Amino acid sequence: MDFRLTRDQEALRRGMRDLLAARFGREELRAAVDGADGAEGADRVAGAAGADRAAGTDRSNAGEGADRAGERSVPGGRLWRELGAAGLFALRAPERSGGVGSGLPEAVLVFEEAGRALLPGPLVATELAGSTGLVPGAAEGTVPVTALAGARAGDCALVEHLASAGAVLLLEEGRPARVLDPAAPAAVPMRSADPLTPLHRVRAPLPGPDRAPYRSADGSADGAVDGGEGAAPDGGVLLLEGALLAAAQQLGSARRTLELAVGYAREREQFGRPIGSFQAVQHLCAGMLVRSETARSVVYAAAVTADEAEIRAAKLLADTAAVDNARDCLQVYGGTGFTWEADVHLHLKRAWLRAEQWCAAAGSEERLASALLRPAGR
Amino acid sequence: MELAYTRDDEEFRTRLRSWLAAVLPTLPPRPDPLDWPARRAYDMGWQRRLYDAGYAGLHWPQAAGGRGATPVQHLIFLEETEAAGAPYVGAGFVGLLHAGPTIAAEGGPAQRARWLPPILRGEEVWCQGFSEPEAGSDLASLRTRAVRSGDSYVVTGTKIWTSHAEVADWCELLVRTDPEAPRHRGLTWLALPMDAPGVTVRPLRTLAGSQEFAEVFLDEVRVPVGNRVGAENDGWRVTMVTLSFERGTAFAGEVVACRRTLRQLARRAQRDGRWEDPALRRRLGRLNAEFTALWRLVQWNVSEAAHALRHGGSGVPGAGGSVFKLRYSHARQELYETAAAVLGPGSLDLAEEWTRERLSSLSYTIAAGTSQIQHNIVAERVLGLPRGR
Ligand SMILES: Cc1cc2nc3c(=O)[nH]c(=O)nc-3n(C[C@H](O)[C@H](O)[C@H](O)COP(=O)(O)OP(=O)(O)OC[C@H]3O[C@@H](n4cnc5c(N)ncnc54)[C@H](O)[C@@H]3O)c2cc1C
Repeated sequence: MDFRLTRDQEALRRGMRDLLAARFGREELRAAVDGADGAEGADRVAGAAGADRAAGTDRSNAGEGADRAGERSVPGGRLWRELGAAGLFALRAPERSGGVGSGLPEAVLVFEEAGRALLPGPLVATELAGSTGLVPGAAEGTVPVTALAGARAGDCALVEHLASAGAVLLLEEGRPARVLDPAAPAAVPMRSADPLTPLHRVRAPLPGPDRAPYRSADGSADGAVDGGEGAAPDGGVLLLEGALLAAAQQLGSARRTLELAVGYAREREQFGRPIGSFQAVQHLCAGMLVRSETARSVVYAAAVTADEAEIRAAKLLADTAAVDNARDCLQVYGGTGFTWEADVHLHLKRAWLRAEQWCAAAGSEERLASALLRPAGR
Repeated sequence: MELAYTRDDEEFRTRLRSWLAAVLPTLPPRPDPLDWPARRAYDMGWQRRLYDAGYAGLHWPQAAGGRGATPVQHLIFLEETEAAGAPYVGAGFVGLLHAGPTIAAEGGPAQRARWLPPILRGEEVWCQGFSEPEAGSDLASLRTRAVRSGDSYVVTGTKIWTSHAEVADWCELLVRTDPEAPRHRGLTWLALPMDAPGVTVRPLRTLAGSQEFAEVFLDEVRVPVGNRVGAENDGWRVTMVTLSFERGTAFAGEVVACRRTLRQLARRAQRDGRWEDPALRRRLGRLNAEFTALWRLVQWNVSEAAHALRHGGSGVPGAGGSVFKLRYSHARQELYETAAAVLGPGSLDLAEEWTRERLSSLSYTIAAGTSQIQHNIVAERVLGLPRGR
């Protein structure tokens, strides 16, 4: 047992971090935010009384994609194709079909970096589609793929980036994964709280086993993917893999907001000394580290074991780490933390969103409770 | 990122398992938790069996009489003994986890020969005399004085919260030898024989009703200079070696035990009908995630320690232990709060083991450095924030 990252894994992570720093640094991030935010965005950035106005003037960005300023990073755009070329969406596809041939641990490290950089787009579903070969073009980053994942009848499911997606994965437990035309779901746009993630709500009922109201991307009546290398992968399996990749993004975000908080606490002075010397601030930061270290161990372990309970545990802890770390970071930033200009809110909103996606808390807690009743190994 | 164990490690595990399966049924019944002499006898009896089977001092260096096992094997040992329901280290805790490793690292050859074998064989019990009435978190402010007089130090002062003092043969004692020096520079580490004239032990009753610790009064106690480990006035450094052991893998076995308790809680809730309560179920599910993660955090820390050891490090757990202790002590308290929710009115019944565990879990955020102090350590030593005032 040696839980630490191997040299290759360290190198992979560093490579991804460098790539993202070069292609999607802070300027690109803010340009994307401004782009998505439209003309009012610029106003809002400059506005001192940002709070009320931000709340009052937020405009629906659903389905618009981004224009001009943030264009490079829109799903399917130039950045996406570069990331596709770097293998982001085909990490786990076998090398013979043009993939990278690595495993979940590698995918987790790369997605952790994506979460850290707040890289926008339906990354998880596109990776699932690219690595399984379910959607042609997904692996290359030219066809962004979103997902309708794990929703049950009666639920109101969220679908991100529907307008820019070329296909929708429908993932249900116990059924083969299906690929749908993005136009198929009866989707209602929302005013997304996360400026970089346009959202739609899909109303129940979802298609049951006997009902197939959606067309697949290739136009066949039922969206189940056949042909290729045999039966489509199980929707439940992809759902869990997606949950793990989302957990990895949450972890990256949690570690990033910790870094931001510590950096700020060292610089910012009040009462003639750095605020990081005040114990109340120190303890917030220490608590953030405890959260991110604990989440990291279970996220990495879940990547190694691919065990359902462990993946659900990983997602639960990573969700909490991302949300709570962003909140604590905001507190350490003081008034600046409440501004549109600071990146903290971007982490918080994305963390909130991801906590709702890919196995949300309630379901996983129930599963993990039931797991306690089963005769256990260790 | 490799969680699989090597073939050597698996063989070690298999051998240990079959030994445990053979030896555990032959143990005497567990003693009454309030009967200290019986507890001492039981704990030392277990240590003796470990010694005879070659498992004593597993993680101690071979030069100190240990087995020189890797941190991974030590982890397997903690996991398997706990999973098999073997006795806990108990009264052997300080000897095996604090005093012994300190003597192994800092003691001279004669000191190692005198003190280490009896610890390994389960013949001598040690206690830890660090805290004082006026020096708890601020350990370096301790006042117990030791004045050199010929071949001895003459020690006067009061120690408090000394676990196992009633049944201990030795005490690892931290004293002030130079009152003029800066706080951390005037301290010295001594091995105090608990039967020396002038030592008075007054048991203190914990909120759980038991006598886990005591006050130790030292009235001009003569301690031979040969009982000093490390140089005079170098006791702070010597002590820090010990304290980081305390926060390292010491709790690994307990995490295994907590996971078992959690499964028992779920079954009990199901039997008693409380399982119908979704809030309780979700709380149990969240705890399952929590202890799954804590076990992985142990493995992470052990991997780091093993790596450091292979590259010439001390194998002494670092500040990662503080992160673990913070999270674990909180999780353990939440576990027994949840147990109380499962028990309902039964949570007021001391006949329920979980009621007693709920009480003793309250000490976890205080003993071995309070949670506030651990937060300070993490903030300043791990995150490098400017020192507070
Ligand atoms: C069950 C148990 C067993 C123990 N066994 C032993 C033993 O065998 N040997 C031994 O030597 N000691 C032992 N101890 C003592 C233990 O190490 C101390 O209780 C602990 O270090 C705290 O010291 P204190 O009790 O004096 O509390 P104090 O230090 O007085 O602390 C009181 C409160 O103030 C807070 N506080 C203090 N300083 C700071 C600071 N700088 N920043 C923020 N908050 C602060 C603390 O967190 C705490 O909440 C044991 C304690 C317990 C509970």
